[in-house]
Amino acid sequence: MKMNRRTFLKTTGAAVVASALPMSLVRVAFGAKNPAQDFTFAYISDAHIQQIEGSKFVRNWDMGLIRAIQEANLLTPRPDFFFFGGDLAQLGKKEELDHGLDIISKLRGKVYYVIGEHDYYLDLGKYWESKISPLWYSFDHKGVHFVVLNSILTYDKWTHKNWTTPMDRMLAMARLDNPEGSPFLVGEKQREWLKKDLERVDKSTPIVLCSHSPIQKIYKGWNFWTDDAESVQTLLKPFNKVTVIYGHVHQIQYNQVGNISFHAVMATAWPWPYPKSYVQDPSHLPKLTVPMNRADPFFERDATGWQFINLRTGNVDMHYQLPDNENRSVVFNPKTGSPKDSKYQDVSRHIPPQNHY
Amino acid sequence: MRDIRRYFGVLLIMLIVTAALAMKFPAQADEFTKEDVARWTKEFTTVVNEGSRLFHSSTLGKNKVSCDQCHPNAANTHPETYPKFQKQIGKVITLFEMVNWCLRNPLEGDPLAADDPRMVALLAYILHERRGVPLAPGKH
Repeated sequence: MKMNRRTFLKTTGAAVVASALPMSLVRVAFGAKNPAQDFTFAYISDAHIQQIEGSKFVRNWDMGLIRAIQEANLLTPRPDFFFFGGDLAQLGKKEELDHGLDIISKLRGKVYYVIGEHDYYLDLGKYWESKISPLWYSFDHKGVHFVVLNSILTYDKWTHKNWTTPMDRMLAMARLDNPEGSPFLVGEKQREWLKKDLERVDKSTPIVLCSHSPIQKIYKGWNFWTDDAESVQTLLKPFNKVTVIYGHVHQIQYNQVGNISFHAVMATAWPWPYPKSYVQDPSHLPKLTVPMNRADPFFERDATGWQFINLRTGNVDMHYQLPDNENRSVVFNPKTGSPKDSKYQDVSRHIPPQNHY
Repeated sequence: MRDIRRYFGVLLIMLIVTAALAMKFPAQADEFTKEDVARWTKEFTTVVNEGSRLFHSSTLGKNKVSCDQCHPNAANTHPETYPKFQKQIGKVITLFEMVNWCLRNPLEGDPLAADDPRMVALLAYILHERRGVPLAPGKH
């Protein structure tokens, strides 16, 4: 190739960008027999964009979302689409949702949205529904059936009790450790819809269900919990390959319940402690989970991140992108029929920062 | 010999005076009642509750971020491990200095004096949420 100055600058520029990236972003290993059916998507969640006043927003949370989007824009090959996993806003305000959407508009690709409690409890999802996305829906992509649920509903008597203002309700739900909180719920209406939606789907079709709260019960005190989780799981039982992906918990979690694999995603805003580090109350982290590294508060992006996912086997291979930490991969193991960390699963491989207390 | 006699004499007088005082004034300094304990517990609980309020407050710092956003129930604060070496500060520090680090950085606010009633309340809340955990100074 004849190299003039312009092409030299172009190619070295690309080389510099590529060498600054983790290798995992440059090439995704594909293995499906039919490449057309082989696809990846990326998952960004829990940005918690927080307004200070007027056009001033908390810089730290802005930077988390901006960084995730800049990195995701460098994925090669391109993911087929993106998910945003909920809690775009901190207090459900239009200003926060608009500012978040403005940052997300830089993402190159289609985005599917899941609503979180921080987006919902100010106006009960009205602005979200009018401007961003339906609250629950399904779609098919290259032989996989995707379902999105609004899993952060709760009992009517709490939602519609005598709140002084809608913001009081929002603040009550936004406080994770609120003893006056209320457990999350998918609810009968959506479960009926889900039942009908799944009736037309072949039992061998891989199912990926995306919700904000875990459709399993880990710790009720912080709503790492969905009250009707078992009823939703029952609807998913007839299918061969089922994965539930959830946000809300701001940490690595994975589990296998019967035929269902569970994966949590990282937040871009801040990490949360594992429930067992609150010693006054019992909790139930899935035994399979090898925790993320304990956060170093002096590096504000530590223990945050985003993930890309490939579905070449019909099960989810989750690749966590963790700034200044070794990236983690949690991959479905067909031999054991459950997700497995590709490096740290064995207890002898655990490292000191994975010890939470 | 005279010195020893004088010593015992003084000792005897002291004993007599102490016994006389004890009969006249019932013990005060070394005994306390259920009512005392109830009052002290109430005082402590009031400060813990104030600490909880501050810990969940959006006005402690200057950017509306509150402590509990990262530390629900004050979890992951590890008060039992202080004083300890913080590599980023480069020396051994106590918990109040780490609280001040959080006030300055994630909360973008001003630090508090060690004996500021608000700092005392925050520390009371953090330690109360960690009650029962053995002390482990220096642990990482």
